[in-house]
Amino acid sequence: MEIVLIGLSHRTATVELRERVAFNSEQAREAAEQLRSRGILEETMVLSTCNRSELYGVPGEQSADSAAAVELFLSSYHQMSPSELDGSLYRHRDSHAVRHLFRVAAGLDSMLLGEAEILGQVRDAYQIALDHGETGPVLNRMFQGALEVGKRVRNETEIGTRPVSVAFAGVKLAERIFGKLNSHRALIVGAGATSEQVVRHLVDRGIKQLRVINRTAEHAADLAKRFGGEVVPWENLTASLDWPDLIVTSVSSPEPILTRAILERAMAARGNRALLMIDLGVPRNVAPDAGNLYNTYLYNVDDLTEIVEQNKKARQAEIPRAEAIIEEQIEKFLHWQAGATTGAVLGELRAKLAAERDAFLKERLAAMPNLSAADRVQVADMLKDFTDRVVLDPAERLRGVPELRRKLQNLDALRDLFRLNREKP
Amino acid sequence: MTNPYVLATLLFYVASLALYIWNLREPSRLAGIGATACLIGALGLHYVALLERSRQIHAVPYDDLFGSLSLFAWLLAATYLGLEAIHRRRSVGPFVLPIVLVVFMLAHLPEAREVKAPPAQGPLFAFHVTLNILAYSAFAISFVLSIIFLVQNRRLRGKKLGIVGWRFPPLDVLERMTRSSVLIGCVSLAVGMTAGLIWAHRLEGQYWDGDPKVIVTVLILALYVGYTLVARTATWRGARASMLCIFNFAFVIFSYSIVNRYLSHFHRYF
Repeated sequence: MEIVLIGLSHRTATVELRERVAFNSEQAREAAEQLRSRGILEETMVLSTCNRSELYGVPGEQSADSAAAVELFLSSYHQMSPSELDGSLYRHRDSHAVRHLFRVAAGLDSMLLGEAEILGQVRDAYQIALDHGETGPVLNRMFQGALEVGKRVRNETEIGTRPVSVAFAGVKLAERIFGKLNSHRALIVGAGATSEQVVRHLVDRGIKQLRVINRTAEHAADLAKRFGGEVVPWENLTASLDWPDLIVTSVSSPEPILTRAILERAMAARGNRALLMIDLGVPRNVAPDAGNLYNTYLYNVDDLTEIVEQNKKARQAEIPRAEAIIEEQIEKFLHWQAGATTGAVLGELRAKLAAERDAFLKERLAAMPNLSAADRVQVADMLKDFTDRVVLDPAERLRGVPELRRKLQNLDALRDLFRLNREKP
Repeated sequence: MTNPYVLATLLFYVASLALYIWNLREPSRLAGIGATACLIGALGLHYVALLERSRQIHAVPYDDLFGSLSLFAWLLAATYLGLEAIHRRRSVGPFVLPIVLVVFMLAHLPEAREVKAPPAQGPLFAFHVTLNILAYSAFAISFVLSIIFLVQNRRLRGKKLGIVGWRFPPLDVLERMTRSSVLIGCVSLAVGMTAGLIWAHRLEGQYWDGDPKVIVTVLILALYVGYTLVARTATWRGARASMLCIFNFAFVIFSYSIVNRYLSHFHRYF
């Protein structure tokens, strides 16, 4: 039950190369099917995201050098020469392949440490492979383990909790003040790319109501339409400030568009309800002294960037805890794998002994024509008891002593010694 | 502190506090559930210890400082547990549990072993004492929450959240938790006072005898009702309301200590 992994990622390959080796979901299914039909792999799984393309598999009995065959397949599938992938591919086997997958699912191998999207991508890729029968017991167990690792790392560590983008940091800050955003309102001043990033996060976090205000009304209308918000005319900016709990500004203006005086009046009009202002404009859109007003919270780009830097460090500090979870889950997987292999080998050994015993009996009893039928049955039973007894003790030891299984290195030596047929567990 | 229930309670409170701190430092579902489970266990054991004490004196423990403190600690922990269940936030636990633990340990110092039957007894009186101490414990929680609010507010305005800043409940939740606990306190105190006045009338034929404890308690109730009324107004909402809550709690301490000890004619530790 060998496991192989061939792949490339943002760590080893340029974006141009990653684009050429990427699989869409249809290609992933097709590639997996071809790998199986050509006898290169018995179980297959293709994981392809914008940052990585990886082929996981369990080789068949006849696959002499499965890793090389998978590499060759990868280049030929994408109509490339193998030399184009030289130096960009990584190859892992068995526990190293398992560790790699578990680190990927945990977000430790991601470009943005601890990002959560990868777990969903692993889940989707696995589901497609499972639905098409491309996986078997080993990859099923391995990918279920990976999903468990991803879930545990997210639940038991803080690797993914703190925001590491300026836009998301602003939204998380809003949650520190208002709690859940589903009963709060946001006013977006500016309709550029920066505003859109914030709006996307606000919508993801369930903001109750959204209003967009921009000098060019068409841009505001476009943004509002895409995210289910309302448009407010630019002239109504100051009159609209009593409405939101959160204001995000990102407009090009040499002078602050929201001065302390404007916000002072707005705070009076809103009965001093807490107001978070996220100023993403450079030069700043909100006068710095407005942050001193009672019950206001003002963050500019530099403030948010500093928070992001702190959070990145905090995520790094969580790596040892995540690695400990990964090691624990690898141990569980290897334990299962050894147990499954043991069961298969013992089954093969019993079948082999039974066949040898029957052949032996047939040959010897043929030379004893005077033996009665009852005696023949008795001799056969005795021999069966004997062979069962021979297997019983080592079987129990193999089941009960994981260390022994490790020493036998996946029992391949035992298989070779007894000339056993390799079968799937 | 030789009572096995008391020792077991202490152990559970310590375990709960340790797990709450662990959960605040390194949030983990297991530690959080463990902290709450230990707190529930501690409350159960503490209840048995209180019951034992009550059986000895045939009344709610109030007449000596230690019995009263023990009941206060129990109600403080129980009120916190209720708030935790309602608001689904465990990050306040590390700040409430130390108070519970200190009060509990004070209550069970060796001097507390000697228990005497208090002069006043009966179900209505027990109701009066229990509700008043419940009110004090609810106000104590609102005090802790208000301090956390001010710290968190300062961190957010100063743009220095640090590790704890990301783990404390949001300001809005802290405000709601504070208002919930003040509401519990006000209702308990109002009903508890009413029960006390009815009991006094039955005993002495008059509702009001001008005892300083009653006057201070009415003042406390008025202060907290005032907080409830102004906490969401334009002038007071946010940090100012929290400061008002902290100010109010100073009167609770005054009532529980100076008034009980030196000014009241017949009120003891409730």
